[in-house]
Amino acid sequence: MTAPRDIHAYLAEFEDIPGTRVFTAARARQGYHLNQFAMSLMKPENRDRWKADERAYLEDWKLTAEQKQAVLDRDYNRLLDLGGNIYFMAKVFSTDGQSFLQAVSTMSGMSLEDYSAMMLAGGRSPEGLRSLKDKS
Amino acid sequence: MARITAGLTTSHIPALGAAIDLGKTAEPYWAPAFAGYEWTRAWQAGQKPDVVILVYNDHASAFDMKVIPTFAIGCADAFQPADEGWGPRPVPMVEGHPDLAWHIAQSLILDEFDMTIINEMDVDHGLTVPLSLMFGQPEAWPVKVVPIAVNVVTYPPPSGNRCWALGEAIARAVASFPDDLNVQVWGTGGMSHQLQGPRAGLINAAWDNRFMDRLEGDTQELRHIPHIEYLRETGSEGIEMVMWLVMRGALGRATRMLHRHYHVPASNTAVGHVVLEPIP
Repeated sequence: MTAPRDIHAYLAEFEDIPGTRVFTAARARQGYHLNQFAMSLMKPENRDRWKADERAYLEDWKLTAEQKQAVLDRDYNRLLDLGGNIYFMAKVFSTDGQSFLQAVSTMSGMSLEDYSAMMLAGGRSPEGLRSLKDKS
Repeated sequence: MARITAGLTTSHIPALGAAIDLGKTAEPYWAPAFAGYEWTRAWQAGQKPDVVILVYNDHASAFDMKVIPTFAIGCADAFQPADEGWGPRPVPMVEGHPDLAWHIAQSLILDEFDMTIINEMDVDHGLTVPLSLMFGQPEAWPVKVVPIAVNVVTYPPPSGNRCWALGEAIARAVASFPDDLNVQVWGTGGMSHQLQGPRAGLINAAWDNRFMDRLEGDTQELRHIPHIEYLRETGSEGIEMVMWLVMRGALGRATRMLHRHYHVPASNTAVGHVVLEPIP
């Protein structure tokens, strides 16, 4: 069986993965308006309004002050902590003309050059990054 | 009678689509990623499938946070490429097969898979990049497509076991469709990748290759991998590989591997691609 017997144990394991925010129901609830705001940038007319005045555009959305500031700062790790999902946040960085590689590198704490070089060399090894408690 | 003649899996990385759209596939960075698809493109020309049942996930394009279907089936006449934030990809409209799709939808629900039926939706890179990888840049896609969208974004996604069982049910549904159709099932997404947080860029080639090994033959080990293993071993977005198991389930008891390709990197991701045929 792959079915977890205990939903609490199932969810708790997600918090044991280093450097990772799994998009759980709790995060989906916290980030609902943040993600729906990002989704609105799928429409070209909305992208034009957003680019013209980001702060004014955000006034139409029920985001917390922290979420608004993190959007304006393009602080994607912070946005994930505040309930953002990467595929929704992608609407923001795509509107900025950033690729996934560029945007994702900003979350890794590495320069784009170093991150790109790591990917070309085979990516980041999972060794030591599987579990916080097991240090494996 | 409709019949499933082959199954394949492939990553659906948006940057692969962009490289095709912008004519960059021969550049040194991209050439090795695309080289592994040349065999398949030649093979497809001989196969001439009528319909592809294409298992993919929507990436906040057709579905936002308002509605999150675990398993959805596209029953429309046609699906337009989605505008994902930089305008729609310059690829043909995707033609559906509403007769087969509705037949599968009804059959699956009677088979106790409670599908969401979609009559209008745009399709994003998850569906159009695999078509581009197999068929290049034609005026019109040479196949009709029945989209099967799986939620792998908001937790919990379906288990690997459930995805495999859905594939088995799809095979039963196809076998009871009266028209003579050559049907392929494609499972897309993966392989290892993590697009978020300080662990971004994680790649696990050893795990990915063991996963591909077990798509061949009659082993059913893959259906029992828990979500936490995908997350720890293959990165937060590696969970997309459960969609490959829908394809594997649809091929039945055993498979023969016709082609296999693995390359790192394409953007943030490991590219994996296999072609399988069912052994009755």
